[in-house]
Parts: sequence; structure tokens; C-alpha cells
Amino acid sequence: MEGFPILSLMLLVPLVGAVLCMFVNASTARWVALIATLIDLVLGISLWLNFDIGGAQWQFTERANLFAGFEYALGIDGIALMLIMLSVFLMPICILASWTSVTKRVGEYMAAFLVMELLMIGVFAAQDILLFYIFFEAGLIPMYLIIGIWGGDDRIYASFKFFLYTLLGSVVMLIAMLWMIQEAGTSSIPVLLQYDFPPEAQTWLWLAFFASFAVKMPMWPVHTWLPAAHVQAPTAGSVILAGVLLKLGGYGFIRFSLPMFPEASAQFVWLVFGLSMIAVVVTSLIALVQHDMKKLIAYSSVAHMAIVTAGLFAFNSQGIEGAMVMMLSHGLVSGALFLCVGVIYDRLHTREIARYGGLATNMPRYALFFLLFTMASIGLPGTSGFVAEFISLAGIYQMSSTTTFVLTTGIILGAGYMLYLYRRVVFGEQKNADAAAMPDMNAREWLMLAPVAAAVLWMGVYPESFLAPMRSDIAAIEARIARATPAGDAQLEAGAPRDHAANYMAGEHGSGHGAEGEHGAAEEGGSEGAEH
Amino acid sequence: MQSSILLIVFLPLAAAIVAGLFSGSIGKVPAKLITTGALFASCALSWPIFLAFLGGNAEAQVVPVLQWVQSGDLSFDWALRVDTLTAVMLVVITSVSALVHLYSWGYMDEDPSQQRFFAYLSLFTFAMLMLVTADNLVQMFFGWEGVGLASYLLIGFWYKKPSANAAAIKAFVVNRVGDLGFMLGIFGTFLVFGTVSIPAILEQAPAMSGSSITFMGMRLMTMDILCLLLFVGAMGKSAQLGLHTWLPDAMEGPTPVSALIHAATMVTAGVFMVCRLSPMFETAPVALTVVTVIGGATCLFAATIGTTQWDIKRVIAYSTCSQLGYMFFAAGVGAYGVAMFHLFTHAFFKALLFLGAGAVIHAMHHEQDMRYYGALRKRIPITFWAMMAGTLAITGVGIIDVFGFAGFYSKDAILEAAYARGTGAANFAFWAGAIAALLTSFYSWRLMFLTFWGKPRWADSEHIQHAVHHGHDEPEDHNPAAQEDSGEAVAHHVPSTEEKDGTAGYHPHEAPWVMLIPLVVLSLGAVFAGFVFYEPFVDAEGFWQGSVFFNENLVHTMHGVPLWVKLTATIAMLLGLAIAWLSYIRNPKLPEAAAEQLGPIYRFFLNKWYFDELYNFLFVKPAFWLGRVFWKVLDIGIIDRFGPDGAAWVVRQGSVGAKRFQSGMLNTYALIMLLGLVAAITWVLL
Repeated sequence: MEGFPILSLMLLVPLVGAVLCMFVNASTARWVALIATLIDLVLGISLWLNFDIGGAQWQFTERANLFAGFEYALGIDGIALMLIMLSVFLMPICILASWTSVTKRVGEYMAAFLVMELLMIGVFAAQDILLFYIFFEAGLIPMYLIIGIWGGDDRIYASFKFFLYTLLGSVVMLIAMLWMIQEAGTSSIPVLLQYDFPPEAQTWLWLAFFASFAVKMPMWPVHTWLPAAHVQAPTAGSVILAGVLLKLGGYGFIRFSLPMFPEASAQFVWLVFGLSMIAVVVTSLIALVQHDMKKLIAYSSVAHMAIVTAGLFAFNSQGIEGAMVMMLSHGLVSGALFLCVGVIYDRLHTREIARYGGLATNMPRYALFFLLFTMASIGLPGTSGFVAEFISLAGIYQMSSTTTFVLTTGIILGAGYMLYLYRRVVFGEQKNADAAAMPDMNAREWLMLAPVAAAVLWMGVYPESFLAPMRSDIAAIEARIARATPAGDAQLEAGAPRDHAANYMAGEHGSGHGAEGEHGAAEEGGSEGAEH
Repeated sequence: MQSSILLIVFLPLAAAIVAGLFSGSIGKVPAKLITTGALFASCALSWPIFLAFLGGNAEAQVVPVLQWVQSGDLSFDWALRVDTLTAVMLVVITSVSALVHLYSWGYMDEDPSQQRFFAYLSLFTFAMLMLVTADNLVQMFFGWEGVGLASYLLIGFWYKKPSANAAAIKAFVVNRVGDLGFMLGIFGTFLVFGTVSIPAILEQAPAMSGSSITFMGMRLMTMDILCLLLFVGAMGKSAQLGLHTWLPDAMEGPTPVSALIHAATMVTAGVFMVCRLSPMFETAPVALTVVTVIGGATCLFAATIGTTQWDIKRVIAYSTCSQLGYMFFAAGVGAYGVAMFHLFTHAFFKALLFLGAGAVIHAMHHEQDMRYYGALRKRIPITFWAMMAGTLAITGVGIIDVFGFAGFYSKDAILEAAYARGTGAANFAFWAGAIAALLTSFYSWRLMFLTFWGKPRWADSEHIQHAVHHGHDEPEDHNPAAQEDSGEAVAHHVPSTEEKDGTAGYHPHEAPWVMLIPLVVLSLGAVFAGFVFYEPFVDAEGFWQGSVFFNENLVHTMHGVPLWVKLTATIAMLLGLAIAWLSYIRNPKLPEAAAEQLGPIYRFFLNKWYFDELYNFLFVKPAFWLGRVFWKVLDIGIIDRFGPDGAAWVVRQGSVGAKRFQSGMLNTYALIMLLGLVAAITWVLL
């Protein structure tokens, strides 16, 4: 594959598809979009198969000088590869999810999705910081259109909120990028990754990037655009929003903030940890009281993303790898949960939880899929959610046990709100006649959910497939930030080991029960004393 | 052994998948055959392994399965570890599970979705087997959560019942509180030892026994805090005081589930964990003291509640909770072999009691309230004798050096160990255990007397009336009404039967043979398990082969305790029996009078020490209230108002202001221009 511009081809296919979609009728547009996304999926798989694990850091590189030092430069490392895989995997599923539910302006809709795919792949493949910025910001436009044109009743407010929130953050980032290009004399990301910016400048640059990435993530308190956008977006829009767009913030942190500004990152660990802790507790509690299925899942996304941010700033390979797995896992799981909502929304046209109930009776196969994704969302071992949560929290613990404690309460609250949702939708009596009359999943819906289910289990049982390509890249980042790594709060101090086991009892046979009792008591007293 | 352990663990999984996913296409009977067959195969393969360890012909080994996670220096794999401790658990799990599968053929016969039930049962067994064969803490956690999932699904099996759904969620969420501790414990262990492999941790633990660490701002002894965190997980799964509230509610599940999961296997996982990590706990004196005290407190507290409940399953549930307390304080005082011995015997007699209760419920047409039982001894004799064996076992009937039922050996050994240990906590546990033994005997015999003796009191039962008037064959009936509030009746009142015929014309029927066979087999266990296995479990260091910490001096001291200590359990048992006989056979008016006399205390026990009310007030209500506040006030009222909506408002107001300037009047423009010019010149000149 050496020299073959496969990344450019992956950008070209959806572009051609999008143009075609504009000029054909509705049913043809659906097929064009499906085929284009499937071609990209096949290309993505060949990308993964040909990726040389442990080889060069940047692979499949392409570059062409455009003007004034601005380059069309593409190339991926393991991290980008995994996120590209996530995008190309979810895209055909999105097209399937929109197959019957979207009936107006089908051509434009499919074109918007294909452009979206092009931009998402572009963001992860860009090796020039300005090229990255263009893809990064342009991604807003198709999403804005998808919500604004094909969304729900309150779509205009939601789309503006989404657009303004995310754009305002990005403007500051652009200024910072221009300053960096000026300072380092290059816009090439691989070169910038090796450039040491002066620590005092790092602080401002870090904050500028943070303004953008925190909104994209979204971190508390700049998260309120997400529930609004999700609620109004069509199903496939929610899937892409949760599945891929939310990963741009995390990707930004891992690609720019951490390796380019290690000192500033270390300086702001408290900020990231603090916001993450608030996010987990606050948004989980909010999720508990939602009446709208999509809003509930949207709030749960904020809680999950908080583990990503905390993991990234744990400054060790577990934290960062865990955060990456969490991004992949959350992309699959929350995407699948939105698909699950979509399946019943298509039948009843309401997101109101109370309108459902007892679906286990008339939709048993649906109930099974929904159960799997619910369990993955609350991190049941054997699913991707557990691997993600466990590795990242293990990493965060090495930095701060308090933060880990607060973040881990999310597993209790998460179980609470997800099982409460599942109970209200799937269990109970069939109290609504129209909900009770809904047919079980059809073949198309099965085709949407089964691959995601397989991926979720695969990542849960054998995550090595996903960890291996990223390992050396994350190790490189860890090495890069090592010089700034703050000390953890554990402060383990060795002491002289005890002479005896805790329940040690002296003497062979009866040296007397009383004496031994005293011995034991004395020993316990001693240990309590040592504790203080 | 390699291939047999793989089969033991993965056959149930395969059966669960086949029965669960293809139930529609293969039909009821094949699904039941596959799952039950798989379990009997697993069971048949497990016993030779156990016997090999018993005979000293086997050595611990680890069978690798698949790589799992490798992240930096954190790495753990899927692997199956078999040693003595695992072998004990293997026979307990597969035997009880196989019998429960068989029993369910009869018990669940009328249920329309029984394939799903059998699939869940097999899935549970798989997860439990993964738990006990774990070679690292994370795989143990996998099994831990897997059994939690199966328990959730099985408690909520009758998913149309609101009370079953509530109980299922409660079980999962309360267990998650424990899991929080377990997870933090694993993280801490990894931080300290750099590994999650159990053998490696146990090997390095003694060297760390003097070290200290900061946890959430507190400076603590490393091993104490690690073990305490792990123990919080054990408390959740094993329903110990504070995290026990889910277990009684879990009785909403079908009775075979209660026997398998909430008596014999899953709830003992916490005890298993402490025993598995016993060399680690032995480096943590404070943690072990806590284990002892919590165990002692639980065994007493649960027994007090057990004496007042009316629902036959709830009595046995609190009994389970109490017996788990015994196991924990046995472990806490360092008698891990004894704790495992009680786990082993308890599995048989408690599963027997639950399955027996299931047969009674089956006979009484889903009535679970003992107030409507009575005089069943002659009607369902095999069930009666099985329950009798279970009761003799749990109350610990036996004569020293002659013969005793299973619980006689294991409970006596626990009390002896606690007394022999002699520390303050151990003494507390000893007395708590002794009093609990009295209460155990009382509530067990109370159950027997109310159910099998006296006159029939069936007439007032709605279930019985329903059966008499409408016949038997209504599947909806299989969802018995919630027994949640069965204790609401204020007086300790048993319906009087003096005036009328209490049978209401109903004829209780003995259960079918598929249900009776498991009862008979388990009865054998309840009768002989203690007598046969006392020696290896309690005395033989060689049997354990280092898989649990063996405290030889403790065992020696234990055998040398004074005679009154050895007789304590028996005396307590006799007292309990006597009180129960007086109250429920001799003078049935006595309990009512006693309840009246002891009003507040009685209500306190009857209402389960008000734990549910307390937790509702402390956690559940505030969580929902906070959620609403954070949503309406914080997100909408503050962030949105001053954030995006505020920005939009500023822009709107700004444009209203800007609009005024665009008046189109030339003189206004000229005036503003002039003012601007003056201002600019002034600024330049200054």
C-alpha cells in the first residue's frame, strides 16, 4: 500500500457520493450513500490491516504544498486510526438508521452525512494544523444543517445553541494556532509535537485550546448545548454527534494540549479533575430525573466524557489508554443507545419515557439489545464500557484517590439512571396500548444493532485488538509529558513489616487462652497506634 | 484437569447462549434439556477434581484462556485457576446449580417464558464459576458483576411486577455501592503492588504490612485500607449489615433463584473473596477486626429480624444473611478453613430449605405467608422430612463425638474459633454468634411449627381461595402478589381456626418428582456434609495446600476450649427450640402477648430496623431532589440563562440600541460625527 493515497481516497469517496446524492432521486440517494459509506468502511478496514503496529509513528503519509507554507498533509498514527475506524464503522449504520425515517430532502440529507464523514476522517488524518482547523470547524456546518433542517420541533434554537457554543470556543483556538505557527515557523503537526514552547506561553495556548476542546467534549459547565442538540437531532444525527463529534475534544487534548503543552497541562490538572468530578456527579443526578430518553442519554454522555478528560490528565499510560478506549466504547455504546431510542421513536414518535413500558413482552429481541447496551453503558465487565472505565480509573487513581472516588460514584449513579430507564421502557405492564402494539425489530434494524453489539463485546473481551495500534503512540505521549508529570497523592512509604500475621497466636498448644488474647489485643492496639 | 475445567466453566455459558438466543426456534424442552444437561456434566466433572484435592492427589494449576488487557504495566488475562479453595466452590456451585435446574423443571412448569429462566440460571452459573476460578482481581470482578447481572435479571424475572423490578434495581444498585469499594481496592492494590495477579499480591503483601499511604487525604496503613476497601465489596455481595437491604427484597425472584443465588452461591462470594485473599487480610489487623465485628453484628441483627417475619422466604433470607455473618467473623478471627466449611455445609442445607419452601409454596398455590399454613406435615410428607433435615442442620443438632447434622459441626467450629481467638472483637463475635444461634433455632422451628404443625389455617388465604374457586391453570397466577407488606398486621396474630374448617376444601399436593429428587439429594448433604468433611476443612493444613491462610495455633487452641464453650451452641439451640415449642405448639396465644408486651422492640424488628426508610430518606430522595435542582436551577436557571441565552439577549439588546442610531436623519449623523471628531482630536492632543 506504500505510496497509494488511501487517505485521500477515503476523503474522495464520500465527496463524490455527496455530489451524486444532490442530483438523484430519494431512493437512489439512499443507495448511493450506503454504498459510499460501505466503500469507506472497506477502505478503513484495509487501512487497519495494513497499519504497521510498532512501525513508523506516522503512516500512510501524503503531502502537497499548497501556498504560503500551508500544506495538504495527511497521515495517521494508531490513535487517529482507531478514531477513523469508529467513524467509518458508524457511518453506514447511520445511513441505515435514516433509511425510512427521513422522507424530506433525502438527497441533501445523505449529502450532508457524506460531507460529515469526509470532514471527520479529515480531522483525524490532518497533519497540518490549519488543515486540522478547517476540518474541525467545518464539521459544524453539516451537523448544524442536519439538526436545523431534519430535526425536531425546537430545532432552530438547538442548532443555534450548538453552533454558537462550539464556534465561540474555536475562535480563540485559531488565534493560538496562528501564534504557534509564527513562533515555531511551521504548521506541521509532527514538527510542532517536538517543539518546546516556553512555559509561560504554554499557559495561554493551553487555555485557548481548552476553550475549544472543553466545549466540544463537552465538559461541565459548557455542556448545555449537548442535551438540546441531541433531543432535536434526528436519530442518525445523534449517533454521529455522540459517536464521533464528541470525540473531537478528546482527540484535541491528546493530540495538542498534552504533548505540545506538557507544563501547562500539569499546571491545570486540578481544573480538569475538578470539572470532571462535578460533571460526573451533577450530570448523573440530572440524568436520573429526565423524562426524555434522549436527554437522559445525552446527560449520561457528559458523565462518561468526564472520565475521558480526567483519564487524559492522569499523566500515565493507563489514564490515556483508558480515555481512548472510553472514547471508542462510548462512541459505540451511546451511538447504539440512540439507535435503540430511534427504533421505538420511529414507531411511536415520542421520546417521552412514560409513553412506553412493557416492551419486553412485544419486542423481546429489542429488549435484549437494549439490555446489552444498557449494561455496556454502566460498565459491566465483558463489555467495552468496563475496560474503558477500569483502565482509565486505574490510571487516575495513581494521580488522585479522591478524584477516583468521586468519579467512581458514577458507577452507582450510572446503574441507577440506566436501569431506571430500562425498567420504565422495557419492563412493567404494557400500560399503553399503542406501545404494546409495536412490532419487534425488523431486519434493517437488526442489521444496524448487531454489528455494534459484536464490537462492544469484542472490545470488552479482547480489547488488545484496539489497544495494540495505539500503544506506542500513547507511550510516546507519556514519554513526552513525563518531564512535567505531577506527583500522585498516594505517597506510599515503606515501613518495617510486621513480625506476625494479624491473627497470629503464640505458642504450641495451651499456653493459655487468656495470654493469647492479651497478645492479640496488644498487637491490634499497636497497629492502630501506627495508623495515626 | 485442564480440559475438564474448561468444560466445567464454559459448558454453562454455551448452554445459556443456545437456550437464550435460540429459544424461539428450539422450543422449551430442548432449551431445558441443554441447560440442565450442561450443568449435570459440569457437576460430574467437578466432583473428581474435588475428590482429587481431598485425597491429596492434585496440585493447584492455572489454565490460561486468552489475553485480556495490557495497558502499560497493568495487565491481566482470562485464566482459570484451580486449587483446593476453587475445588470446594466448584462442587458447591455445580451441584446446587444442577439440582436447581432440575427442580425448576417442576417449579417453573407453568411459566410461559421458562427458556429465558433456564438461560439466566446457566448464565449465572458461568459467571459464578468465572469468579471462583479467577487468578486475578479483575477476572474476579468480572464474575462478581456477572453474577450481579444474572441476579438482577432473575430477581426481575417476572418483569411485569413492579415490586420485582424495584427489587432487581435495588439489588444491582446496592451491590454497586459495594463495587465502588471493590474497584477502589483493586486500583489501590495495583498502585501498591504494580499487579492485579492474586498470587503475586499475596506473596508481596507481608512485605508491605508496615507501609503507609494517603487515601483521600487520610494517612493510613496501606494494607488496612486496601483490605477494607475490598471488604466493602464483600459486604455488598454478601449482604452484610448496612449493605444487606437488597437481599430480603431479592425474594421477589422465583424460589429456585433464591436457593441457588441468594443462599448457596452468589451471596457467599464475599466470604470466598476474603478467604481467597486471606494471606493479604492477615497483614491488616484493623481490617480483620472490622470483618469480625461486622460479621458478628450481622449474624445477630439479621436473626432478630428473622424471628418476626411472616413470609416464609423472608425468614430464610434473613437466616442467610445471619449465617453469612457467621462465616465472616470466622474469617475475621483467622479461621478461614472453618469459614469455608460453614459456607460448604450452609450451601446444602440452605438450598434445601429454600427448595423445600418452594415445594411448600407450590403445594399452597403460591401462598408465602406462614399465617395461612399449618398442618402440612401429613399432606406433603417428603417435603416435610426434607425441611426437617434442613432445620436440624441449620439449628445445629448433634451430640459431641457421636454424630451431628451439618450445621452442628460448622457452627460449633466457628464459635470455638471465635472464643479461642480471644480478642475483644472475637469475644463480641462469640457472644453475638451464641445469641444468634438461639434466635436461629427459634425462627427455624417457628417456621417448621407454623407450617407443618397445628391446624390448617388456609381458608383466609387469597391464593388458596383463588385456587379453590377458579382452579389451577392460570399462568398469570404465577406472579404471586407482592409480599412486601405482609408484616403490616400490627399484632403478632395467627388466624384462629377453632370455629371453622381451616382447609376451605383445599388439598395441598406433593411436588412432582423432579422437585423431590433435589430435595432428597440435598437432604443427604444437610445430614452428612458436616460429619464427613469436618476433618479436612478444619484440621488439615495439607488439604488447603496454602490456598487459604492456615492458622495452626488457632486450630489447636480451638480444640482445647472449655467444655461449656463447646456446648454453647447446643444449649442455645435447645433453648430456641423450647421457646418456639412453647410459643407455637403449647400455647399459641403466647407470641401475640409477647409482641404486645415488647411493642416498640417488636415493631423495630418487624420493620427490619427501619433500614429501608432510613436509606430512602438519606440517599434515594435526596438524589432525585438534587437531580431536579441541578437540572432546573443550575443548568437551565444559571448556566443557560447567563451563558448562551444571556449572550443572545446581549446581542439582541445591543442591536436594539444600534438600531436607534440608524435613524436616517442627516442632522443626527452630523452631530455624532462632530462629537466623534472632537473626541478624537482631544485624545490626540492630550
